[in-house]
Amino acid sequence: MSKDDVYVIGTDMIKFGRFPDRTVPDLGAEAALLALDDAGVGIQDMQALYCGNLFQASGMVGQRILHQIGQTGIPVVNTANACATGATAFREGWIAIKAGLYDMVLAVGVEQMGRGLLGGGGSGDGISTEGLLGSGTMPTVFAELGMEHQKKHGTSFEQFAKVAVKNHHHSTMNDKAMYQKETPLDEVMGAEMISYPNTKLMCSVNVDGSAAAVLCSEKKVKELGLMDRAIKVRASALTSDPYTDRDLVMPDFSTCTRLAAKQAYEMAGVGPEDLNLVELHDCFATAEILHYENLGLCKDGDAGKMIDTGATALGGKIPVNVSGGLLSKGHPLGATGIANVYEIVTHLRGKAGKRQVEGARMGMTHVVGMGNAAAIHILEKP
Amino acid sequence: MSEAAGELRPVTDYVKLPKDGEPYLEGHKCKSCGTIFMGARNVCSKCFARNEIEAVKLPSKGTLYSYTIVYRSFPGVEVPFVSAVVDIEGGGTVKGNLINVDPDPAKIEMGMNVDVIFKDAGRTDKKGNHYISYFFQPAA
Repeated sequence: MSKDDVYVIGTDMIKFGRFPDRTVPDLGAEAALLALDDAGVGIQDMQALYCGNLFQASGMVGQRILHQIGQTGIPVVNTANACATGATAFREGWIAIKAGLYDMVLAVGVEQMGRGLLGGGGSGDGISTEGLLGSGTMPTVFAELGMEHQKKHGTSFEQFAKVAVKNHHHSTMNDKAMYQKETPLDEVMGAEMISYPNTKLMCSVNVDGSAAAVLCSEKKVKELGLMDRAIKVRASALTSDPYTDRDLVMPDFSTCTRLAAKQAYEMAGVGPEDLNLVELHDCFATAEILHYENLGLCKDGDAGKMIDTGATALGGKIPVNVSGGLLSKGHPLGATGIANVYEIVTHLRGKAGKRQVEGARMGMTHVVGMGNAAAIHILEKP
Repeated sequence: MSEAAGELRPVTDYVKLPKDGEPYLEGHKCKSCGTIFMGARNVCSKCFARNEIEAVKLPSKGTLYSYTIVYRSFPGVEVPFVSAVVDIEGGGTVKGNLINVDPDPAKIEMGMNVDVIFKDAGRTDKKGNHYISYFFQPAA
């Protein structure tokens, strides 16, 4: 493995939204070209493509993107890892450069989503078990985890709701978010209840979207003279779910996240106190609360207090999901992991405009995938 | 299994309907580490022991570990209902509907004792088969 670091030299995302008249490769191609342009390189400079997409996992999406932007014959790896799909593609690119195989690769994440609930009990030949053996929808899975947190630490419905108030507020400063709309606490708490305690405004938005990043070896960054815009990947960690009691019934996103966080902090030689901002997996408001503790941003049991004090809002001690997060920016599954990278890189470059975290030097991205997977990257301005 | 219409079937493979006797939940227990899984397997995913798994009859008692009240589900599913995660006495965890309680967080006590009961699921498949499901209710 190369001792040299890997850098992001270009990254971008499309504005998340609903594009029923476009195709998955078309959306992916747009982000790919934006990221290449951001780096000032071309598809002919890429030595491999790592493409994350979930819903067309058998559809050779990476190759179909190249059919739109340039068929150079490079290896394409298509990844699917639930909501950690994009982060997994990014990490595969990092691994290949770290291994010394390539100097410059492209990672793309893209998804086109339907509307409505994800998950639920399957049926096959028999009957649907949704609403019979409880519920398997995503809002329910994360509501039951929120209720577990409430039981252990007394976290209130209002504290969970404040996460949505914060993230929807953040997205008013992000043109690329699905929504730019303030949602006061009474509106969040009074919105349609989906699965207690998550109301509709506390559930992530199903949107279409894409994001891309160009990864580059240290040697090549210097050769190209791009160090002034390069962002260093200080750590990359990917875990699956170690056995824990109840995990077949209650997917345990905390243990795999804690394991990934431990590995990432060790690899980077830093701790949570060194981070200036975090983009974490707020697929539901309840999830964000859990991950404050899982990522070590606060002590176990203090997450409710953390949202109360504003520590995770822009201007606070450790701003979380300044992009608007999955709750308001939107959550196109395969694109989310790389869109998180785009957000952190943009802050580390000092180019985040109104939502800029002042003086940001180091940031973390985090996603989880149901099944389970957890992926964490720590990025730093060199 | 016969495909005759109107047959009575278990809602899931870990519900057992003995010819003589009451329905029950079946766990699969690792003889090496004692972990109880729902659903058959050959290898323990906790301690990795092979061929140490045996089927065990689980008691119809447990405690409420967590829950949510579901207000939005898929079309045709009656709401609200309580989706409950229950730790079965002696080991094993299952998810199911908690019935005979008000779907109100103020009325549902975490850790409460529940009974596992079995009755018709109220749903039939395309071939007209009926299903026996399990439900939780506050302990008698």
